[in-house]
Amino acid sequence: MTTTEPAPEETEERPIGFGNLLRKEDPRLIRGMGNFVDDIQLPGMLHLAILRSPMAHAKINSIDKSAAEAHPKVVAVITGEDLAAQGLAWMPTLSNDVQAVLATDKVRFQHQEVAFVVAEDRYSARDALELIEVDYEWVDPVIDVRKAMDADSPVIRDDLEGKADNHIFDWETGDEAATQAVFDSADVVVKEEIIYPRVHPAPMETCGCVADVERVSGQLTLWSTTQAPHAHRTVYALVAGLPEHKIRVIAPDIGGGFGNKVPIYPGYVCAIVASLVIGKPVKWMEDRTENLVSTGFARDYVMEGEIAATKEGKILAIRTNVLADHGAFNGVAAPTKYPAGFFGVFTGSYDLEAAYCKMQAVYTNKAPGGVAYACSFRITEAVYLVERIVDCLAYELGMDSAELRLKNFIQPDQFPYESKTGWVYDSGDYEPAMRKAMEMAGYDELRREQAEKREKGELMGIGISFFTEAVGAGPRKDMDILGLGMADGCELRIHPTGKAVVRLSVKTQGQGHETTFAQIVAEEIGIPPEDIEVIHGDTDNTPFGLGTYGSRSTPVSGAAAALVTRKVRDKAQIIASGMLEVSVADLEWNKGSFSVKGDPSKSVTIQDIAMKAHGAGDLPDGIEGGLEAQICYNPENLTYPFGAYICVVDIDPGTAVVKVRRFIAVDDCGTQINPMIIEGQVHGGLADGVGMAMMEMIAFDEDGNCLGGSLMDYLIPTALETPDWETGHTVTPSPHHPIGAKGIGESATVGSPPAVVNAIVDALKPYGIRHADMPLTPSRVWETMQGNHTPPI
Amino acid sequence: MQVPAPFEYERATSVEHAISLRERLGEEARFIAGGHSLLPMMKLRLANPEYLIDINDCEELFYIREEAGEIRIGAMTRHRELLDSDLLQQHFPIFRDAEEVIADPVVRNRGTLGGSLCQADPSEDLSAVCTTLDASCVIKSTSGERVVSMHDFHVGPYETAVGDAEMLTEIRIPLKPNGSSAYEKVERRAGDWAVVSAGAAVWMDGGTIAEGRVGLAAVGANTTGIGPVSDVLRGATPSEELYQQAGDIAAANCSPQTDQRGSAEYKTHLAMELTKRALRRSVARATGQEA
Ligand SMILES: Cc1cc2nc3c(=O)[nH]c(=O)nc-3n(C[C@H](O)[C@H](O)[C@H](O)COP(=O)(O)OP(=O)(O)OC[C@H]3O[C@@H](n4cnc5c(N)ncnc54)[C@H](O)[C@@H]3O)c2cc1C
Repeated sequence: MTTTEPAPEETEERPIGFGNLLRKEDPRLIRGMGNFVDDIQLPGMLHLAILRSPMAHAKINSIDKSAAEAHPKVVAVITGEDLAAQGLAWMPTLSNDVQAVLATDKVRFQHQEVAFVVAEDRYSARDALELIEVDYEWVDPVIDVRKAMDADSPVIRDDLEGKADNHIFDWETGDEAATQAVFDSADVVVKEEIIYPRVHPAPMETCGCVADVERVSGQLTLWSTTQAPHAHRTVYALVAGLPEHKIRVIAPDIGGGFGNKVPIYPGYVCAIVASLVIGKPVKWMEDRTENLVSTGFARDYVMEGEIAATKEGKILAIRTNVLADHGAFNGVAAPTKYPAGFFGVFTGSYDLEAAYCKMQAVYTNKAPGGVAYACSFRITEAVYLVERIVDCLAYELGMDSAELRLKNFIQPDQFPYESKTGWVYDSGDYEPAMRKAMEMAGYDELRREQAEKREKGELMGIGISFFTEAVGAGPRKDMDILGLGMADGCELRIHPTGKAVVRLSVKTQGQGHETTFAQIVAEEIGIPPEDIEVIHGDTDNTPFGLGTYGSRSTPVSGAAAALVTRKVRDKAQIIASGMLEVSVADLEWNKGSFSVKGDPSKSVTIQDIAMKAHGAGDLPDGIEGGLEAQICYNPENLTYPFGAYICVVDIDPGTAVVKVRRFIAVDDCGTQINPMIIEGQVHGGLADGVGMAMMEMIAFDEDGNCLGGSLMDYLIPTALETPDWETGHTVTPSPHHPIGAKGIGESATVGSPPAVVNAIVDALKPYGIRHADMPLTPSRVWETMQGNHTPPI
Repeated sequence: MQVPAPFEYERATSVEHAISLRERLGEEARFIAGGHSLLPMMKLRLANPEYLIDINDCEELFYIREEAGEIRIGAMTRHRELLDSDLLQQHFPIFRDAEEVIADPVVRNRGTLGGSLCQADPSEDLSAVCTTLDASCVIKSTSGERVVSMHDFHVGPYETAVGDAEMLTEIRIPLKPNGSSAYEKVERRAGDWAVVSAGAAVWMDGGTIAEGRVGLAAVGANTTGIGPVSDVLRGATPSEELYQQAGDIAAANCSPQTDQRGSAEYKTHLAMELTKRALRRSVARATGQEA
């Protein structure tokens, strides 16, 4: 028999399975040797640039493209009319609406796609845009979301048959009557309008693609910035009428996604059409402005929140009425039956008697979107609402905000807990997480310090947020996107020498899948992570699945990876029984080898078994050669990670400048696979949260001009605005997930904004302030101090 | 990637060469110094010059030196050098205060004093610094050179006294005894332009202020020197009341606009608050009392 290398020892620095392990992808990325879409160069490749509307709402009377076509380096100029001739001027959105690929009749938001140029180089393509003459006719835009449903409001979507207003949908959850009854008899009722402004995921890498349609076979290869390559392939097959087996979508290295790379944008379709028509590869890569002004935004909810409680501080019910701004096309990324995503978890971490939400979604003349920007499908909005309104209640009751939360948590023995809006929380143990965060913060000491400072007129605030998320969408019985069930496949092959390759349906955008998934397989089969290659992001080389967003990779695909490995191990056990000439039941698994029970000297390693499986000689009866398996995992439920965050701020009373002094984050994502990667995910999300709370907003002027078109206008935080993060964890495994893991990708983005806002509002308590809306820039904080707080939208 | 429109490029090897190119190429030509204002505008196609004359090889424009009772700074001196200069720190600590909060290290490594003043952005910090210090600007052309005050240098937002065939070559700051200075800025985020900034400089005569000046950025069409503040400071004894009075005058003499950085009311408040703080710190420094 051929010999294999001896199995290496497991050490703390070198875990064979779970533990801190440096990321396998980093040597490539930190040396600048990643391969991103814009790195792709193909022979004869042309470049595409998009002409965008300067107005938010205007009729297109005519387009003259002759001067652009005459540019010596221009190959083609295509307008909406040209696409309409092919039936390609409109495409479906992720929410069963349609969106213009190129405008035909009217433009409906500033920077909407109007025409495109394909040229020999990027500069010429951009230059030729200046040569296209468009005759626009101004139409009054709908910018103020509160006026979208006014009777005299212009109708944006007159492309939809019979559409006479700007209404998209009404949605409700919970029990209206039962909630009303609780509110009627409650001691204390607090009401507040709470706004989550429009923000943008702003990944460092903008969106783009290279489309290459092979002339003879008709095969399309699309290198694309996508978080969901398989779902995109199917959608292209459905819209463009290309046969699905002739489409290969490849997501190479992706420079951040945060939900921005879930939708299909007009630019991708334009590039495919261009390559199809011209017969050459075509690259389209957005510039920074295009990314910020036209691709999927997030949030934009005006939430009226109400909370009912006893005077002792027992929370009884929460009610909310939401006005949702969806922009010009309904492009929300969410499972079909969930038009408001998972906003229904707005009851938070508390045991209530009743809850009710009513929502209306409307069109406005703004960019479409509503993507899951690290928000687990609108849970960011839900958590912000509940954690803000709970603080408003604490303010009215004159109660400590930590004490109020501790008093109302769902208790450990209530899990699985069904919320009043029908969500079944799988597991949780909230009080220890909260106590741990308070202990790390030195909570009582902080409150003492705050009291002293207040005496001296200094402004210090302590903000708490306790969140529960619902991630890992989702069970196929009620979750799909455009009819595609939200299950994920996984395939594992062990090579003869005991090295392995695992193929995933999800796709990293920086989260560390190449490391984490190798560790999941390693934990189950004892092969060192460095011997396991993780393949993902290529539809021709991976099994079908819905991709990475909504913190779903570990809860869904991670479960698939664990289960497929167990399937392979079961087969390995049968082969081992043949090798050791004992029955299967007499074998014992020690990570990496099977040994005979009671006689550890008789053992075979997984590497020996792999060679045997592929080698000469008989295998046990009924066992085929090879050592591989494939599965498709359908999650039984969502997983419910949670966490306790405490933020400490100081405010300069003279300038209203806020300094985030400390941030303590205790997260519980169930079983931890790689604590270092988890901490990294938390750090990123916390920085995101500081950004949204204090500076980020995509604003518009009254004509609908987007005011956030560059990173000098749309601010994202730097290391100087963020403190040294103090992180901790508790571990409450998910009972239904094969390894008990819950997902961590978005926890910090969901949980941190309310902690920061609560801290700032707490600091302003001496001014009698109960609420202030994000983004809390120095100017907005100062106006709040003057009693002149105005909503941002 | 944002790409500029086509342009021609020439690299000048001396001031004389640069000016002659400018004279020949006319108003469609622009100098490029650090490029940190011009290139972003070109990429956004807000500026579309036909010719760029690169002045980074004009070695005679890189210096900070003491000469004829003045500190003289070459137009190509980079933010980074202004930040590091001990000579400036000794006479005008306002420079280091300001440079620590201008942009970020990447921008500071390239951006120049001359480019900053010529950009004439109303929020530009170094213009406020130079205004505070009563600097003057040396402008050269083939027919000779002229010296203009900061007040005359800025003729409107993004407009200066430098003509089409001229070049800013030097900034001169008078040296006067017993002085010090300070700079205060409020920004929404590190590296952002000022919501408002205020510079202050005082020259002491024993326990009283012989002369005091205040310059503000981002509170009006151009960087603003506040004359009436100097009037109340002249001969006054430093006190909290005096700083407050000066702050109130500064607030009353500015005309900020509401924008994404903040409301006009807030900016007016900051003009007061930051003037007070900058004055307080300048006096503390000038009298050796800074903590
Ligand atoms: C991200 C970022 C953040 C920034 N933040 C700040 C900030 O907080 N505060 C601040 O004050 N500034 C800020 N800036 C601006 C920065 O300081 C610029 O470098 C500076 O304004 C321009 O200097 P420059 O040498 O780069 O000029 P350039 O961009 O090269 O030139 C600017 C203009 O001046 C002209 N010009 C240059 N030199 C001369 C000369 N000698 N004679 C005649 N005309 C000349 C050019 O033709 C051009 O019109 C920021 C810039 C960036 C990119």
